[in-house]
Amino acid sequence: MAKLTLKERFKKVSAGSGDAARASKFATSIFRPGSPFRKGYSDSPRNRSYVVMNNVLYHLHPVKVKRHGVRLSYTLCLGGMSFFLFIVLTITGIWLMFYFRPTEMAYADIQALQTSVAFGSLVRNMHRWGAHLMVLVVFLHMSRVFYHGAYKAPREFNWVIGVILLFLTLFLSFTGYLLPWDQLAIWAVTVGGNMASYTPVFGAQIKFGLFAGLEATTATLLRFYVLHVLFFPFIIVIFMAIHFWRVRKDGGISGPL
Amino acid sequence: MVDIPEHLLLRSAEARAKALGITVEQALAEMKGESAPTVVDDKPEVIEVDLPTPVEAEAPAPVETPKVEAAPAKAEAPAPVETPKVEEAPAKAEAPAPAKAATPAPPKADTPEEVDFAPEVKVTQRLLTVVKAKPIQKAASEPVDKVNTWPHLMLPEFISLMAMMAFLILLSAILQAPLLEEANPNITPNPAKAPWYFLGLQEALSYWDPQIAGVMIPLVIGLIGFAAIPYIDRNKENNPSKRKYAIMMYTFFLAGAGTLTIIGVLFRGPGWNWTYPWIDGIWFDDLLDWIYFE
Ligand code: HEM
Repeated sequence: MAKLTLKERFKKVSAGSGDAARASKFATSIFRPGSPFRKGYSDSPRNRSYVVMNNVLYHLHPVKVKRHGVRLSYTLCLGGMSFFLFIVLTITGIWLMFYFRPTEMAYADIQALQTSVAFGSLVRNMHRWGAHLMVLVVFLHMSRVFYHGAYKAPREFNWVIGVILLFLTLFLSFTGYLLPWDQLAIWAVTVGGNMASYTPVFGAQIKFGLFAGLEATTATLLRFYVLHVLFFPFIIVIFMAIHFWRVRKDGGISGPL
Repeated sequence: MVDIPEHLLLRSAEARAKALGITVEQALAEMKGESAPTVVDDKPEVIEVDLPTPVEAEAPAPVETPKVEAAPAKAEAPAPVETPKVEEAPAKAEAPAPAKAATPAPPKADTPEEVDFAPEVKVTQRLLTVVKAKPIQKAASEPVDKVNTWPHLMLPEFISLMAMMAFLILLSAILQAPLLEEANPNITPNPAKAPWYFLGLQEALSYWDPQIAGVMIPLVIGLIGFAAIPYIDRNKENNPSKRKYAIMMYTFFLAGAGTLTIIGVLFRGPGWNWTYPWIDGIWFDDLLDWIYFE
């Protein structure tokens, strides 16, 4: 046998072991036929379909999409960005929950998070800027949908779902705003709550229900916390599922113009 | 060509063999392109026949193909009904005889056993309908130009996600989120500002009656009005040049909301008085680190 250079030897070994691992019973039990991670995957039209069709991805994407729809300049990826930001916010938010108590300790917890937890500051910043960004991106997504006239039949109802999603996004952001329990948080939320109290007839009741009292206290903090980490995420996920499902059932992306 | 799995091929070959009355091997060979396809005479299955007098029923002019022997054109007396049947004999299909095409008249043949159903009963049959061979499924939609989701959609998606993630991490590494003194209900900051996405509203509140600006705008215009857009705008066009009015309205909305928000964020100071950010500074704490950025 010819003498192999070190590089060739490495290539041979790594390729072989990779193949063996990918052909193992264990790996094939995870990756369904057509997955690029299975041994023997080759790029063919059929396999390209299988990558989507035979995987959990099929819940999100059809096998084929309109050619104009994949141009970045059509959707600007704004809907996808909204969804992705939501995922990032969920992950960073769960991480923040490890260090946060919605009580009198809230402010101290945030301070401790920023000063004595590894990456605490970074993750808090990501969660906060990400939330601002999500409000912006959802709004831009709505504008892009409007300018394309993409709310017209048969997509009318998906627009309605979208409006609900916009409001849920705002509520999520607003309830989160109070949680650091600093002067910025409490007074911004007080201003918001006062706006709600101008509702005709039962304005005072709305504010009382929102604040769990007449003004922002730690009872409000707990209420906003539960709404922020549990209630609104739960609701928004349901509406997102309907939203994505309707995008597909309404015949995929709209257009071309 | 895409390689079709053997078992699927076999299954469709069986179906084809059954439909055409040929052998499975023959069908398989045809599907693989190893032998010429069997051609089938596609005349209607129902023809009109006058009874009871025995007649010489004329079968519709047989289509002559090189490979298939045409059905017998004439039936003799005993047969009350003439059913032109597709020639199914595999032997004939297998023997291509191009010369046959030129043969003027197919041989007469008796087919009593094929039509011999209750010949003693004198029935009158009428033509009810002619069933034409048609596909049972109709393609309702027009073909669209489509591409595979993988990789043509998922790769750009993945790249945008990575770009967004990089942007967010970079932003978070550079800009510190604000954290002021601990909440104190007894010290009201001046001005007290809502989060930026409500600042347009707060600005509007300072002009109009709070019941209008605080409730009517967000609830009636925001929630109900926006949700109703698709049901109000009945114009079916989505070409921008054919929906100028809608685009104008939305652009007005964007400009108005944007202006109010910018005023609320940058141009309002203590007592909600007008301030210039470059002269008096900015009263908006979410921007603290942006302002004092070294
Ligand atoms: C949490 C917020 C939202 C998420 C995660 C989201 C996600 C998406 C995604 C992924 C799409 C596929 C096409 C694209 O990327 O543009 C889409 C389409 C659509 N969205 Fe949203 N969306 C959100 C909010 C909204 C809002 C606020 C509206 C409108 C008021 C809206 C209305 C629509 C409509 C009508 C479509 C179909 C567009 C077309 O076919 O061209 N969505 N959405």
